[in-house]
Amino acid sequence: MGSYSTTNRQVEAGSRPADSRNEIWALAENSGMLAKMEPTVASPVIEFRDVSYRVAETQVLSGFNLQVQSGETLVLLGRSGSGKTTSLKLVNRLVSPSAGEVRVKGAPNAEGNIIHLRRGIGYVIQDVGLFPHFTAERNIGLVPKIEGWPVERIRTRVQELLQLVGLAPEIASRYPHQLSGGQRQRVGVARALAADPEILLMDEPFGALDPLTRDELQREFLLLQRRLHKTVVFVTHDLREALRLGSRIALMEAGRLVTVLTPQEFLRSADPLASAYVKAFGDGLESAANRGAS
Amino acid sequence: MNVVRFILQNHQQVLDLTLEHLWLVGVSTLFAALIGIPLGIVIAHRPRLNKPVLAGANIIQTIPSLALFGFLLPVPWLGDRADRLAILALTLYALLPIIRNTYTGIRGVDPAVVEAGRGMGLTESQLLFQVELPLAVSVILSGVRVAIVISVGLATIAAAIGSGGLGEFIFRGLAMVDDRVILAGAIPAAILALAADLGVGWLERRLQPR
Repeated sequence: MGSYSTTNRQVEAGSRPADSRNEIWALAENSGMLAKMEPTVASPVIEFRDVSYRVAETQVLSGFNLQVQSGETLVLLGRSGSGKTTSLKLVNRLVSPSAGEVRVKGAPNAEGNIIHLRRGIGYVIQDVGLFPHFTAERNIGLVPKIEGWPVERIRTRVQELLQLVGLAPEIASRYPHQLSGGQRQRVGVARALAADPEILLMDEPFGALDPLTRDELQREFLLLQRRLHKTVVFVTHDLREALRLGSRIALMEAGRLVTVLTPQEFLRSADPLASAYVKAFGDGLESAANRGAS
Repeated sequence: MNVVRFILQNHQQVLDLTLEHLWLVGVSTLFAALIGIPLGIVIAHRPRLNKPVLAGANIIQTIPSLALFGFLLPVPWLGDRADRLAILALTLYALLPIIRNTYTGIRGVDPAVVEAGRGMGLTESQLLFQVELPLAVSVILSGVRVAIVISVGLATIAAAIGSGGLGEFIFRGLAMVDDRVILAGAIPAAILALAADLGVGWLERRLQPR
């Protein structure tokens, strides 16, 4: 278990009134999550309640229950088609559930303004999705701009973010096609962080990078997360990445949540799917899990 | 060069007819763009509409132009003035390339980019005006370019119903069996088409997203 996030959570717990704590426990009991949950008392930032999603005849997600706590990095691990990406898109309502509800910051995300919801959630995807006709600066500053920030403040913020993700200031004026894959992905992360959202959704953000760049970005992600304490939901099919970055790992298979474990628990888990993963990825995982936690 | 001498001798008339021709092409292309681009945007976002709309535009394209001019002649308000009629017919013909290219251009925008924009909280109109249209603009313009080139050619035929334009020289020349007169219409028309092609092509490259 990542030490910083544990202490973080205890601090949060101490600052919450007792009745809200009881409420959370009651919710947890109702949704049958108690056995799987860590003894967490802070109210979840994201909560899936009995969520199902189907397209035509395909059941993409069924009976999905999960809570994501403030400041943690929850990794959704699973193979292609297991429903990870769909779960992520349910949070910012790029996809709406067929049944059940997704709560964000305590309120069902189906209520309220969808645009407002999305602007409060950073979104990073594998293909980056940078706007090819915008410079890095305009890409990063887009949400602040449509939120009506003054020009000067946007410029300062962009420079601040470039520095935060380890890019030189002159990158600002470059177009995405003039950047390397790693730089593009950094710009993507900076863009997601632009309006300082509490939540970050990351869909295999490092999947298309070469191993060295990926390693670099993973390390920087950990450093960044230690500073920013965002609530992150991170989708990957790479167990090594999951162990390294996650405070908890939610293992998914065929549209169902199999189990939620910390990286250390995952390595020792008797769950057949979890141990199959560990076996498939072979040696050296222990160090990956420890690196993330240290 | 007999043709050159003929054109120089009649330069005022050549100029007038060229301007008339430009007017027919310009107004009809404008109408076609005003109808075709929004229609293309709509069918790019509503896949169910794309087949019927494109089929309709295709069918119009298959009607022989002379026949279409003839069909429209008895229509009350339209038939009163030949240029109204010509503009309507030219607009109809220009629709297909504009609708099709708008549709193709918008559908061709990387879905990851659109999804990222939507996920970031862009409204549908912000997505359209800040992302989809700027990225599709060169494809849309190349449709407009094709429409203009087609219209310049078709507008010569509109002279058959008395709408003026460079076609007048061509029909007159045909009647007089005088190559000089035909060419006095055909050459400026060809120059117009080339100029429009180059001009819009230049604009297209200028606006090309990087």
